[in-house]
Amino acid sequence: MERRVAVIGVGWSGFAPQTADVSYKELMFEAATRAYDDAGVDPRRDVDSFITCAEDYWEGFSIFDEFVPDQLGAVLKPTCTVSGDGLHGLVNAVMQIESGLFDVVVVEAHSKASDILTYEGLLKFAMDPIFTRPLGWHPYALAGLEMARYLYDTGNTEEHCAMVVEKNRRNALANSLASYAADLTADDVMDSRPLFEPLKELDVAGLADGCVVMVLAAEEVAEKLADKPVWVLGMGWANETISPELRDWCRPVYAEIAADMAYAMAGIKNPAKEIDLLEVDDRFSYKELQHVEALGVCDYGEASRLLEDGVFDRDGDLPVNPSGGSLGVGNLLEASGLFRAMEVVLQLRGEAGRRQVQDVEVGVAQSWRGLPTASGAVVIFGSEKEVKKP
Amino acid sequence: MSVKVKEYRGTYYSRKDLEEGRVMAFKDRPEARYAWATGVAMGRFLAELKQGRIVGRKCRVCGRVLVPPRMFCEMCFRPTDEWVYVSDTGTVLTYSVSYLGPAAERLKEPIIIAVIQLDGASPGIGILHKLGEVKPEEVKVGMRVKAVWKPPEEREGAITDILYFRPVEEG
Repeated sequence: MERRVAVIGVGWSGFAPQTADVSYKELMFEAATRAYDDAGVDPRRDVDSFITCAEDYWEGFSIFDEFVPDQLGAVLKPTCTVSGDGLHGLVNAVMQIESGLFDVVVVEAHSKASDILTYEGLLKFAMDPIFTRPLGWHPYALAGLEMARYLYDTGNTEEHCAMVVEKNRRNALANSLASYAADLTADDVMDSRPLFEPLKELDVAGLADGCVVMVLAAEEVAEKLADKPVWVLGMGWANETISPELRDWCRPVYAEIAADMAYAMAGIKNPAKEIDLLEVDDRFSYKELQHVEALGVCDYGEASRLLEDGVFDRDGDLPVNPSGGSLGVGNLLEASGLFRAMEVVLQLRGEAGRRQVQDVEVGVAQSWRGLPTASGAVVIFGSEKEVKKP
Repeated sequence: MSVKVKEYRGTYYSRKDLEEGRVMAFKDRPEARYAWATGVAMGRFLAELKQGRIVGRKCRVCGRVLVPPRMFCEMCFRPTDEWVYVSDTGTVLTYSVSYLGPAAERLKEPIIIAVIQLDGASPGIGILHKLGEVKPEEVKVGMRVKAVWKPPEEREGAITDILYFRPVEEG
């Protein structure tokens, strides 16, 4: 990258299935306050620009970007909303700094899912009104369709997906932010009620509220302010088509393209060797295996073997979702990707507490915008400014 | 049409064709309902309205009293410090006589919409409400007004617990 950019502060609030005691503004204010304290910046004096990631329908407001400046310290400053996942906002923040326009940029994403009374209604409204909505099925059935073809093509099994749930919900036991930490087994998952075969009840992440705020800065500012700046080494994002009729159903091509773009930027040639830690979208259990394969860690159909061998465990060779992922922490809607990025940042700073992974220098956060989308982003972070050559 | 083209090729349709469903279209309406948590500041504000009181929050750094209240000061970016009751009397900062209703329907009796700076709130901080018991031509910027409340038993903890503001004569 022309101008290096680092994360110099992270903050969070909420992370519970229900946050009825605070408004979304109060939730955001708390996360922002933590992030600014962590970064050692005063938003009114030091931050040049603010980016929030929100979707009007999740919020229940038209033009939601107008509702965000006050609680972020962004009043009378450049502010915009990216209608996308938190990682989409993060890459925009990096670009604003790389362009030379700004030195310090803040990115925010949140979920106030508990304010939504008609979650299914909102998902349905994201589908085609003529071809899909009238068919009258639950939007999560799309995940059942994808999982079925993915398992058929790769030879990975429902049992492997159940193992992902066991791993992530157990990982979440070491994460105080997790809403769905549980000591359950793959058998419990296999025995859970069928939803959209082969998808079962425990294959699906539950909803949670939460807010993540991150402060990014140009190299010279980052080195002055932060003891442990975490560098953005590469990033990529891509959209497939919204038409389910035209999708691959096995491969998440959006993630392949995003990863290729990010690897090229970071100079990563062999992801399995050069990456120390992965946080990938696992809002449905099979998505974790699918995303790990799309990120080129192994070929399609091989993630199951690595999972069985414990490679993806917190103490394995390539830990995947040591945070507990969405299965353990909860589905944070548009904040899902930024939550993953925060986990990578904390791990690279050595501040992940009981769930700290040893010897990590390069970590990757990958996001998917959730059903019914086929889009997402990948961001590569490092504790050093370059990926060390193996 | 333009100077060169007198009539484009194709099928022309009228408003009547649309109304009678002769043009292919697909109708749907979103099922989108929400229950926004009011949180600390708005929750207290609404609970106080039910009691016939209006409460704000004060920031000790800039000294402003924010009405409606919020738990943070957007200018100083810090938590606000204390609850402050303000009066239900105030001054009209601006107003508009509205001849259209919320669905753009024409109204026989116009609604007078106003921004009112309540006594005790900081200068320039005004709440949005309506004026009543006054003719449109009598309303002025700077006019003194007072809240007309719903009877206590009908209040529900909503901004509409105040029916409207009416002019007051002050000696």
